[in-house]
Amino acid sequence: MPEVMLVNSGNKDERERVIDDNLKRVFDETLDEGIPDRFKDLLQKLKEQDSEKGTS
Amino acid sequence: MTRPDPRDELVEHLPAMRAFAISLTRNGATADDMVQDTLVKAWTNIEKFQEGTNMRAWLFTILRNTYYSSRRKAKREVSDVDGVLTEGLAEKPAHDGHMQMTDFRKALALLKDEQREALLLVGASGFSYEEAADMCGVAVGTIKSRTNRARARLAELLGHHDDESLEMTDDATMSVLSASKVSSF
Repeated sequence: MPEVMLVNSGNKDERERVIDDNLKRVFDETLDEGIPDRFKDLLQKLKEQDSEKGTS
Repeated sequence: MTRPDPRDELVEHLPAMRAFAISLTRNGATADDMVQDTLVKAWTNIEKFQEGTNMRAWLFTILRNTYYSSRRKAKREVSDVDGVLTEGLAEKPAHDGHMQMTDFRKALALLKDEQREALLLVGASGFSYEEAADMCGVAVGTIKSRTNRARARLAELLGHHDDESLEMTDDATMSVLSASKVSSF
């Protein structure tokens, strides 16, 4: 059996910890996706624009 | 002596910005548009970033301003992206006693915007109450009460049936996670 997390363990602190754990899971899931290409492209474009203006 | 360009650090914060944007908008596509706007704003206003301060907090502040001003413009009263609100929580009772990650996401989506935001900043992104208060432009006590209310509401929404304990197994979680990626938070 995998680790089981009790959402309902009466204890308030424990419940909050479980909620925060779940939150982090949801959050981390997006973090784990890495950076989509569109943002790499965008940053690259911004850099190029700046160097064309000679401001960098 | 050349100083490092703070713009080089932007990329490191992108995943966290996306995660925060998705939590605000509850929609992956809208979130990425907002992140793009934020990135351009940050890039072109980089001189406003004070070196030595928390760049992620600065970026999140721009991001939430972008979100709230676009929302005001659109005058959308309620956003019901992906039908999270109408769909409601767990159509079927939790017959097997397992809480699924989808339920958690739906519960999260049902929180008031400012409560969800406070909870995400403090509970998931690791900001202090003080930092979160700064970012949202409210008092520290306000952030504390918002996170407390958010947690209490979540506990309530996730249904504490007195007779059985709601459990979440990694199995159930992982299958739901992979099924519903980014679509809602």
